Amino acid sequence: MRQTLRGIWVIAYRELLRFARERSRLASSLGMPIIFMVVFSEGLKRQIGALAVGVDFVKFMYPGIIAMSVFINAIFSGLSVVWDREIGFLKEVLVSPLNRSGVVLGKALGASVIALFQALVMLALAPLFGVPLSLRIVLELIPIVLVLAFSLAGFGLLIGSRMRSQQSFQVLVQMVVFPLTFLAGVFFPVNNVPRWMEIVSKLNPLTYGVDAIRRIFLADEISAAMRASSHPIIGVTVFGHTTTTIEDVALVGLLGTALLAGAIFSFNRHT
Amino acid sequence: MNREQKTPSASETVISTAGLARNFGHTQAVKGVSFSVAEGEVFGFLGPNGAGKTTTISMLCTLLTPSAGEATVAGYDISSKRTEVRRSIGLVFQDPTLDEYLTAIQNLRFHAYAYGMPKRVRDERIYELLTLMELWDRRNSSVREYSGGMKRRLEIARGLLHHPHILFLDEPTLGLDPQTRHRIWKYVLDLRRREALTIFLTTHYMNEAENCDRIAIIDEGEIVALDRPEVLKDSLGGDVVTLRVEDAEAAAAELFARYELSASIETDSVRFKLPRAEEFLPGLIRSFSSKILAATVRRPTLDDVFLSLTGHSIRDDRPAANQQLRRYLNTPGMKQQLS
Repeated sequence: MRQTLRGIWVIAYRELLRFARERSRLASSLGMPIIFMVVFSEGLKRQIGALAVGVDFVKFMYPGIIAMSVFINAIFSGLSVVWDREIGFLKEVLVSPLNRSGVVLGKALGASVIALFQALVMLALAPLFGVPLSLRIVLELIPIVLVLAFSLAGFGLLIGSRMRSQQSFQVLVQMVVFPLTFLAGVFFPVNNVPRWMEIVSKLNPLTYGVDAIRRIFLADEISAAMRASSHPIIGVTVFGHTTTTIEDVALVGLLGTALLAGAIFSFNRHT
Repeated sequence: MNREQKTPSASETVISTAGLARNFGHTQAVKGVSFSVAEGEVFGFLGPNGAGKTTTISMLCTLLTPSAGEATVAGYDISSKRTEVRRSIGLVFQDPTLDEYLTAIQNLRFHAYAYGMPKRVRDERIYELLTLMELWDRRNSSVREYSGGMKRRLEIARGLLHHPHILFLDEPTLGLDPQTRHRIWKYVLDLRRREALTIFLTTHYMNEAENCDRIAIIDEGEIVALDRPEVLKDSLGGDVVTLRVEDAEAAAAELFARYELSASIETDSVRFKLPRAEEFLPGLIRSFSSKILAATVRRPTLDDVFLSLTGHSIRDDRPAANQQLRRYLNTPGMKQQLS
């Protein structure tokens, strides 16, 4: 147990140290969500009107972009394992007395803190995009971002424990993670798309992660929309039931726990 | 060579193996090696690439599970007491394992945290080792900016940070220039004098093996000889004479016919062993009927020992076997056997 705890903080500490020392990574991971935000909101602002009462496209997309940046950062924890394997540093870790569970959880924690940091930077930029902020939003966002990040880190680490090269990891990100992210309702409401896409989106666990974050920002608007219709245009409705924040987080969290357990198992077996 | 006599008594043994073996698929990388290493000894594994040196070291360091046999390191079984083994050993790998984006100090701190060193001991130890390795002035530089020799010194410092009982060095000076190699050896021998340290190293450099108290010569996964370097060299029975000749076959035949010397034939030369060769040579040259172009006499080296034991030179790198192993290790399905 003590070795696990030590593993968690030592590994997380290094992840953060690396992140802080690699300026280019810092810049690129912040740059992408900001570019998405600026380009899409400016580009589509005039084409797309309000999605629901009081919800314009920017207000709709902004929480989605935060969720997307959390996903990407968390999944990259897996890339960090592959990278460590390539540069040989993983051996230094594996031959140390730290146990494997601690190493996996430490990578997940490191990635989650980085994801949270980026979410907070995005949050600080909210006024620039005309998105109103409140203390409630900040306080609710922190735990939810951490749960989502931990879960997605589980996914990233599960893949990372099996992959031998950065290229193959990147390919997987492009083939699986980007499509899943785009189908998670970041840019459009999943209740109002063609049937096939609705099914795919609602089977996609990331959709519930995006919804959890969107609910923090659009709490009032979503409950108003739900009052108006049993099939609200925003939120995620499955079999006539619109999920609550707790349900969203629980779903992603449970899946994430399973993925992390899988990552620990795989790490124990394969490295 | 009396192996029993050389084997250290059980009380001071820090590494002992019995029939330790490892297969990769159908390739037997290590075919059951048995040896023991005494406390404070510098013990070398000498052999060409692909002989099974790294595989053996990986098993002793708990990075690879043996296919058969057993071993204890620092008194702990390598299969059932992994954490205890890991705590007792320091390891310097053949390939770099530093985080180049971090500074030397950050790399060492990470190591100290991972091994749970108390703060006061840690800072003193970092200072001591970085000073010894002449890296203290560069402690806050990114490792990326280090030369190959500096990196290797930092890896050695890191391997020693947590006061291990045994330091494993896998080809510690591979790819370094002779001057740097010499310096690294100076540090290693220095350290061994200062701390009761046992050093287990692998190498395919002959002169490096000379620094060892005892060496095990390993070829194709088997130990073919194990003793002190001088004993191994003396066992060859004399100096090595190399004659460069016009017709190697004829020269070898003549040597056998006239002096009953069995010479090995190389492309344009013959080589044989003889005690006090410098006194014998003038007479031979005067009366030899094959044409001699050049003659050299030298004291036997470990390379000669290796050649006489295995029939091939240690410098005949056989990368094929090594690459095969690497390829094998990189197949994801195979990783499940690593732990």
